[in-house]
Amino acid sequence: MGLKENVLTVNLAGLQLANPTVLASGILGYSTETLENLVKGGAGAVVTKSIGLKPREGYANPTVVQASCGLINAMGLPNPGIDEYAEEFHRTRVVLDVPLILSIYGYAAEEYATLAKKATAAGADAVELNVSCPHVKDTGSEIGQSPEALTEVVKKVRTSISKPIFVKLSPNVASVADLAEVAAQAGADGLTIMNTVKAMAIDVETATPILGNKVGGLSGPAIKPVALRCVYEAYERVKIPIMGCGGIADWRDAVEFLLAGASAVQIGTAISFRGPNVFRSVAIGIGRYLESKHFGKVEEIVGLSHRS
Amino acid sequence: MKTFIFKDTPCAKAQPGQFLMLWIPGVDEIPLSILDADEDGLVSVAVKKVGEATRALHGAKVGDILGVRGPFGNSFAMVKGKGLMVAGGTGTAPLFFLAKRLMPRMVRGVFVLGAKTKGELLFMNQLGQILGEDRTHLVTSTEDGSCGVTGLCTELVEQILAKERFNIIYACGPEKMIRRVFELAERHQTNLEASLERLMRCAIGLCGSCTIGKYRVCTDGPIFTSKQLREVKTEFGNSKRDPTGRKISLD
Repeated sequence: MGLKENVLTVNLAGLQLANPTVLASGILGYSTETLENLVKGGAGAVVTKSIGLKPREGYANPTVVQASCGLINAMGLPNPGIDEYAEEFHRTRVVLDVPLILSIYGYAAEEYATLAKKATAAGADAVELNVSCPHVKDTGSEIGQSPEALTEVVKKVRTSISKPIFVKLSPNVASVADLAEVAAQAGADGLTIMNTVKAMAIDVETATPILGNKVGGLSGPAIKPVALRCVYEAYERVKIPIMGCGGIADWRDAVEFLLAGASAVQIGTAISFRGPNVFRSVAIGIGRYLESKHFGKVEEIVGLSHRS
Repeated sequence: MKTFIFKDTPCAKAQPGQFLMLWIPGVDEIPLSILDADEDGLVSVAVKKVGEATRALHGAKVGDILGVRGPFGNSFAMVKGKGLMVAGGTGTAPLFFLAKRLMPRMVRGVFVLGAKTKGELLFMNQLGQILGEDRTHLVTSTEDGSCGVTGLCTELVEQILAKERFNIIYACGPEKMIRRVFELAERHQTNLEASLERLMRCAIGLCGSCTIGKYRVCTDGPIFTSKQLREVKTEFGNSKRDPTGRKISLD
């Protein structure tokens, strides 16, 4: 592709990424082989599905429903539990040579701390705290919406591990920037902005909410402008790196997020319509953009839109 | 077993082997192989009463409203030479659709239909009509001997392959049965296309519930070739993932 090798490399809170595209949590995240497929597709790092202390089955179908320019999902955090998953993850660690970020969710600060310890012991390079799942009671956004609960969780995890901590924030709050600041002050090394937007769909023929859980989270192109605004606002308030997440499907979306202040971008829903190679195509597009504008590194354009 | 027929324009364009997600409002959404589809926009599926959703479906009345997403997944390759179709139990549905579309274009088609009992041999009469007069075209087996050859349909397949060469073998049924057919196909160096089943949630390749090896059954499958099945040999016929994502034995 004729790009200088290190144009796309990114240092993200100490993690070295060959390019700034990252698999978003919740997508195809259990098995080594499926993650390997996405790394072959060009992902510079991966975030696993969210893992809790105990196995969880998730909600009854329908767990996904299509919306205009997006998808609403309420999977309900299905996962095999950290002890079972650690066995699979050891193998993933051996097979994949990109940074592996293990997403964790808990119902109390101690649980997040225990999970973080187990995750790093299993070989995770970093953890991402899911404090923003919009559809499971007593965890996720119920923690991420409260400055006090968020502070307690991040502080507790901070004392339990030395590896980087990313906090995935919810858009379902009055000000994402306020909570970004709270997370940074509590000791987070980086932020993922943002999780899905709380949403629902109703079938008019039967007057029934479609999702098994009735409400879920909207992802995909529909939420990109919202996510972009959240990243832009948070960048003005915190110094720690931000991973932009929400509706990114091509290089132009990705560059918008970098210009807004993201140091890397997460991709999820777009895999369903662009396939695993979406990562490579976005990375190449970012590289071409940098070259055409005579930039030498990704970091040179991070937050560039704030100068005006 | 009940057959349900409904109107759905996108699914009426489905190819044999594809599946759809059927929503029973307020109950559940389940994956079903497409049994038949025609130009008039009608689609049919065959449903066996096995759980909450299928029980609710069996109680549905004409005119009740169901939700449909699809068609999803890939389809069988339409090989026009000599083909052997091996169907076990409820796995008959996609092969019925295939036989209906492909039989008129085939040099020769043989359909092996197996089940535990005579009552579980599906669509025997309709298959007889599709496959024509020649009695070697449709062979049946039951485990209890109530119809056709007594035993497993894979034993029949073994006998047939010892006598006759095919360009392709198609299989759908319990995964242990498919695994056995795969081994026979490998021994006879004949290409196989098999329809696999896993826990299905999103059906669009995102959630990871239905993975087998590096493949997603919903989007990379549900039809897998011999080459792909060789790649997933440790899981194929042995293990699947439960709703938590944990690997469990197929039994």
